[in-house]
Amino acid sequence: MPDQFLFAMEVILNGLMAGVLYALVALGFVLIYKASGIFNYAQGVMALFAALTLVGIMEGQVPFSHLINAIFGTDIHHFGWHVPALLAIAMTMVVMVGLAWAVQKFIFRHLVNQEPILLFMATIGLAFVMEGIGDIMWGAEIKKLDIGLPQGINDWIDVTTFEAFGYGFFIDNLDISATIVAVILVGVLIAFSQYTKQGRALRAVADDHQAALSVGISLNFIWILVWSIAGFVALVAGIMWGAKSGVQFSLSLIALKALPVLMLGGFTSIPGAIVGGLIIGVGEKLFEFLIGPMVGGATENWFAYVLALIFLVFRPQGLFGEKIIERV
Amino acid sequence: MRLLTMATAAVMAASPVMADLVFPSLSYRTGPYAANGIPFADGYEDYFTLLNERDGGIGGVAVKVIECETGYNTEKGVECYEATKGEGALVYQPLSTGITYQLIPKATADGIPVHSMGYGRTSAKNGAVFSNIFNYPANYWDGASHAVNHILDENGGDISGKKIALVYHNSAYGKEPIRTLSELSGKHGFELMEVAVDHPGQEQKSQWLQIRQQRPDYVLMWGWGVMNQVAIQEAANIRFPMDKFIGIWWSGSENDVLPAGDGANGYKALTFHNLGKDYPLFDDLQQYVVDAGKAAGAGDQIGTALYNRGMYAAMLAAEAAKTAQAIHGTADITPAMMRDGMEALEITEAKMSELGLPGFGPEFTVSCENHGGNGLGAVAQWDAAAGEWNLITGYEASDQDVIGALVDEDSAAFAAENSITPSCS
Repeated sequence: MPDQFLFAMEVILNGLMAGVLYALVALGFVLIYKASGIFNYAQGVMALFAALTLVGIMEGQVPFSHLINAIFGTDIHHFGWHVPALLAIAMTMVVMVGLAWAVQKFIFRHLVNQEPILLFMATIGLAFVMEGIGDIMWGAEIKKLDIGLPQGINDWIDVTTFEAFGYGFFIDNLDISATIVAVILVGVLIAFSQYTKQGRALRAVADDHQAALSVGISLNFIWILVWSIAGFVALVAGIMWGAKSGVQFSLSLIALKALPVLMLGGFTSIPGAIVGGLIIGVGEKLFEFLIGPMVGGATENWFAYVLALIFLVFRPQGLFGEKIIERV
Repeated sequence: MRLLTMATAAVMAASPVMADLVFPSLSYRTGPYAANGIPFADGYEDYFTLLNERDGGIGGVAVKVIECETGYNTEKGVECYEATKGEGALVYQPLSTGITYQLIPKATADGIPVHSMGYGRTSAKNGAVFSNIFNYPANYWDGASHAVNHILDENGGDISGKKIALVYHNSAYGKEPIRTLSELSGKHGFELMEVAVDHPGQEQKSQWLQIRQQRPDYVLMWGWGVMNQVAIQEAANIRFPMDKFIGIWWSGSENDVLPAGDGANGYKALTFHNLGKDYPLFDDLQQYVVDAGKAAGAGDQIGTALYNRGMYAAMLAAEAAKTAQAIHGTADITPAMMRDGMEALEITEAKMSELGLPGFGPEFTVSCENHGGNGLGAVAQWDAAAGEWNLITGYEASDQDVIGALVDEDSAAFAAENSITPSCS
């Protein structure tokens, strides 16, 4: 087969894998928007905060150590132990549930029935507060995140494709792990929303807040629940992205990768986030491969938005979003 | 040196109480680039704290560091400049190419010198055009040449037919070396492959697939922040030989290599100063600054590449201030006097040894015609097992035949655009 065709195949496969990583970030946005109508600007920072907390717990770092040392003149930084990855993930989830509770109690409970733009502004404030707290709590240095996920080229795919086509495809083991995790995550989320009492309550709130309240569903509980689930999704996204680059404050910028996915897939659809992620991933990688060299490269950031805008023109609600019907 | 100190002290003794010598620190301790901004800012401030605590300042006048947070944002950087210049700022170290470009006309009009050490506008080396801008001891074009020279050394002086990829941050900073590398490509016969990475650089799969498919012999990198960590990880993922991967000095800190673990072993980076803390000066830093509880940060960054760079920048600023005090016969120097001191700066091995930093940086001199020093640079290599950088070459010269012509061309264009008559009178 011609080299260019094989290269394009490799690019498409890697685009699909990258799309899964984008979808992981987009999922958190969808969950909160679907349940509460809030576009959570802080989703990227939640991923950062979750990853920082995970690494901090794993390494036995004393939270707020710089602050404690500055106030009390002590010199403590570490507890001296290392926490296994799974236990650390569970402990991080407890922190994220606590965060969800705090967000609900101290911010959104006071903003019920306010304009969506006010809720959005509140999430912008939340993002900066969380970033600051994350910095004070765990420090700003770049941290290596290693929870035992394999990383680097998958030898089996490399060898197999080489034997078949004379060119070994590159697929990153971490991307394969991310894909498996994403499939499980989406399956669990769908099963949760379809087959559990809380999931059905969550869907009821998503459909109509007033009606859900009238049948005795606690809006407060549902919003804490949905922010907790979004916190878990943020943790998964933080782990996958943090494993690639180390855990650092630029991790919050991964939210930028989710926006075109949301525009394309719709803000209210979990399958939309996945399909949108895949389309954006493949589209931007293929464009960079085919057109990038002619225009100086670095096309991915803007082309993802071009692609999303094209879809928006024809389907403003996104591929899987709920159709917008304005009754007069 | 001793005479200079005595002369300054004599001037001091006869002088009234003087204002502090003000050195603003445009730092970024927050935001996506904080991990790099913190060690540099710590090193910059700690050195001045050491001078205050150990020597009573510079020439007997206390040093005051005014820190202003830029978040590595050009607009905020300019705001910091405007907010601090009235405090008697002697020299600005913008720590950002974007901020430097904005400050070139402003600082020149205000008569305040700018030291963009290893970044900023490369052609500012021509002091006849850029009277207040200094970029010693080396600039990006020197760096491009150092990398090519290193590749030449590894290949017996012949790299014709080789393919060298440049993975660069798609910004003014990242594009700086392209012209030089194009010229060097013509001179040495290698093929230059340009691979742009958009800010912030968290996703580089396309770029590294391209590298895997095109199989360059070497990869050079002009990156910053998360782009560096991801690039090094992706290079390890595709099993690109790390000893053929060379980063500019802004892609050569511990932050850049540690996340990739053993995969980063053998990665190389250029540098214009030495690494580690095996120097007498660090004992003084420990005694007078860290142990005294006066460190700018937690004290955990000392000896890292970026801490050392910040400290080196402060050392060069302090030496220029001493030179200015000696030239003008007063310890209470103005920004204009500081500019004169920077233009007459001479860094020798004897001076560095006296400061407790033997062999820490290259020897160089600055003049009106040459604000960029001698352009010497070295190559460091990361030892993942030991967790440290090691210099694997000495400080070597860049190709001034190529770079000198480019500096003249670019600075002449700037002079024409801004109606500047080059002058060194």
